[in-house]
Amino acid sequence: MTNLYEQQKRNIANTRLFITGFVLLLVFLGLSADGMLYAGGFSPGLPIATLGALCVGGMSAWWSLHGGDRAVLESTRAAPLDPSDPPQRVLDNVVEEMAIASGLPKPAVYVIPDADPNAFATGTGPEKSSIAVTRGLLDKLDRDELQAVVSHEMSHVRNFDVRLMTVVAALAGAILLLSDWGRRGFGWGLGRRRDSKAGGGIAGLLFAFVWIVSILLAPFVAQLVAMAVSRQREYLADASGAQLTRNPLALASALEKIAAEKGPTPSIKQGVAHLCIEDPRGGTLEQKDGWFANLFATHPPMAKRIALLREMAYQPASPTQK
Amino acid sequence: MGAIGGCLLILVIGAIFCAIWAIWRYNGLIGLRNQVANAWKQIDVQLKRRHDLIPNLVSAVKGEMQFEQDTLEKVIQARNSAVAARGVADAAEKENALTQTLSRLFALAENYPQLKANESVRALMEELSSTENRIGFARQFYNDIATRFNTAQQVFPDNLIAQTFKFQTVELFEIKDAAERAVPKVDLSIRPQPGA
Repeated sequence: MTNLYEQQKRNIANTRLFITGFVLLLVFLGLSADGMLYAGGFSPGLPIATLGALCVGGMSAWWSLHGGDRAVLESTRAAPLDPSDPPQRVLDNVVEEMAIASGLPKPAVYVIPDADPNAFATGTGPEKSSIAVTRGLLDKLDRDELQAVVSHEMSHVRNFDVRLMTVVAALAGAILLLSDWGRRGFGWGLGRRRDSKAGGGIAGLLFAFVWIVSILLAPFVAQLVAMAVSRQREYLADASGAQLTRNPLALASALEKIAAEKGPTPSIKQGVAHLCIEDPRGGTLEQKDGWFANLFATHPPMAKRIALLREMAYQPASPTQK
Repeated sequence: MGAIGGCLLILVIGAIFCAIWAIWRYNGLIGLRNQVANAWKQIDVQLKRRHDLIPNLVSAVKGEMQFEQDTLEKVIQARNSAVAARGVADAAEKENALTQTLSRLFALAENYPQLKANESVRALMEELSSTENRIGFARQFYNDIATRFNTAQQVFPDNLIAQTFKFQTVELFEIKDAAERAVPKVDLSIRPQPGA
């Protein structure tokens, strides 16, 4: 138990660390733009680009923490659970059971009209969270497996992963937006400079170089960080989910069934990928191991997750292996 | 300010730190004790839910399970005596008997496919088996939180605080002897351990 509470604390500390990192990235983007402006002979007295970048980042983080979960749910066309439908009634019961097992308030439950099995959790922490599963998950999994998937999502809530991922996604989005503006602005700036012939000399060239590099690299770095955070959280959610149900094999067989459905989950947009139990893009990245897959996948390889869960139940890594 | 003054200053600072630490640990123990009490109440809530569901289920299956009147009778009896139970140890015993008669009823119901076809019976069965799960998970959570509470009282130096303010360890649910392992039986009582 203790290491779970340590994990929670570390997660809260990590949230601060990642936010600091992203803020520094924003400041860097802003400063290099200000440098460009200054070298180009345009000096308003205040570092307006830096202030603007921080404003955009702050607003998107604030917005994601106040209503970002609702936007995510709406983007997937998730509908509130209908208790008169028997399979949804089972889901409602299973969520209640897992809330009791984790000692947390029961999250709001949503169903996504999509045939591909998948699930995600969102919200800002245990006090305000939602769990959404696809119709396909309800149809394809038995009660124990459904319970296991919900326990995984409940763990994301309990470990404060939902808040970490919400903020990380919002800041990565802000950086993407800013560097997009930066690229457009650069084209416009080049056009103007050719007209005016007011060169900034070596300093101007240097700032231009730094700026190009940063607007090209920033979204890439932001994306990599977001993915690394996401992958790291998945193993922990699998393990602490199994701790809730004391039934790691049910989660292993649920993951096997989910992985067997190769198709993507069309209702779930790419921006929500890192929140899901399986990558909804239906790619092959998470079937592979190695540095490339490790860099770009939002989720660790499925085979590795299943093997770890089977290990918890003292079973061989795969059913065929004796 | 001489050497004596310096020593006094160090002593005062040390005493302040000790007091802050003691308050912090004391509040931690109080928080855990309340969590344990809350986890305990959660079990009660689920047991109550089970009592409320059983009469509905029995009246729904009575028609189809005519040859199992004996079992149905036993379930109702076990339920009524569990509702009427006085005291924690008594309740534990009665609830346990109820769990056993219920699992017999569930096993017998497997022989009646027409029951499974009945929408309302199926819904009631789902509610009741979910309640059984909830009771199990509520006990599991109680055990987890009670273990944390007990450990917090026993580790050094927190045990000094626990002893000074007479905190008592709580008992966990456990299976008492080998013969009962086949059907889990639980002790619902919170009693101080002899040594504490």
